[in-house]
Amino acid sequence: MPLFDRLYNFAHWLTQNREEAEDLVQETFAKALNGFSSFRPGTNFRAWIYQILRNTFLTSRTGLQATATMPLDLDHDQEILPVAEKTPESILLQRSDQQLVRRALAKVPVPYREVLLLCEFEEMSYQEISALLVIPMGTVMSRLSRARRALRNAIQESQGS
Amino acid sequence: MGCAIWTEKLDACIDGELPADDACALHEHLRGCPACTAELLRLSQQKSAVHAAALAFAPDPAFRARIQARIRTSSTPHRPSLRNWRWLPILATAAALLLLIAGVLTLRHDARSDAQLVSELVDQHVATLASSNPVDVISTDRHTVKPWFAGKIPFSFNLPELQDSPFTLAGGKLSYLGQSPGAQLIFNIRQHRISVFVFQDRDTADAPQRDLSDTTLAFEVRSWRHNGLRYFVIGDASPQDIDKLSALIKAAG
Repeated sequence: MPLFDRLYNFAHWLTQNREEAEDLVQETFAKALNGFSSFRPGTNFRAWIYQILRNTFLTSRTGLQATATMPLDLDHDQEILPVAEKTPESILLQRSDQQLVRRALAKVPVPYREVLLLCEFEEMSYQEISALLVIPMGTVMSRLSRARRALRNAIQESQGS
Repeated sequence: MGCAIWTEKLDACIDGELPADDACALHEHLRGCPACTAELLRLSQQKSAVHAAALAFAPDPAFRARIQARIRTSSTPHRPSLRNWRWLPILATAAALLLLIAGVLTLRHDARSDAQLVSELVDQHVATLASSNPVDVISTDRHTVKPWFAGKIPFSFNLPELQDSPFTLAGGKLSYLGQSPGAQLIFNIRQHRISVFVFQDRDTADAPQRDLSDTTLAFEVRSWRHNGLRYFVIGDASPQDIDKLSALIKAAG
């Protein structure tokens, strides 16, 4: 099954729950099978199936809750979150602890988490992310930048606590 | 410090999305700015840390099996019970109608996807003509060109003997179509160059075994399927020449 493991991983990150992730992946595959005729050969299959997963998530209970509690100024043109840093070489230079990064990633809001996963883990281009999230390229860049700073702050908080 | 304009570009830099001009200017700035250099380092370390930590959840084997079973069931067509013969005429009419609709849809879909494929391959052919290195393996010898593809593409194909023909082999290169690797072979005839593309036929046996003969943007295009492979011959030579080369390749295949 193409992309099964990666889709499940992404679904678990979005839902933060094994059962819900399984439901989400199951529904995604069901929709993909039913709607396979809408997939245009020669286009990006990965983007297509991630799009189905994401749309399914957004209409799920957890997805609706996540977007309802989303900060309104997510992408607004405002000062980028300052970083509460200690010394320049602290924290991430000691990145031995993957659990720390995972805990921090789980803490940042869903829109930040998903853009981070798509860019850092799925290694999608800004253009692919823009098409997938249905947001302009400029917004992808600013959201990614804010997401990285939010994650850095969350890592520092986890470390401090 | 004048760093504000640069800090916005650091993310794009670590993502490899910075335009070349900006990248040069940024590197120039980094030479004299320890703060931005440290920030860039931190960002790229964070990027690799997230990359390493992100694969955190593996699907349960039982869940995987469940989904696999479901996919298998849904790809097996359900057959209605024919025990009740009264329904047979209705079922037959419905089936005929469905077949008709499916046929029309498939033909339309096939025509559309063929047009897409051809336009993509014509683009690749034009790009090859414009390139200063049109081929990766330069040889007129088919026994050099064919083995060059071994291990680079997941199939093999035969090249025709050209000794008594007006065509010469110029070489070949790897090509991609819909994320699958394939072969692009360049043939010369007089001043014309013709590309022959060979890809795995992904449409399987369900697709109509239709050959294609077309003129796209004044390029002659021929395409056919043979032994699980799909061939495309594209060039600006005369239709007769393109047909002749296609026939040679078909005979070799």
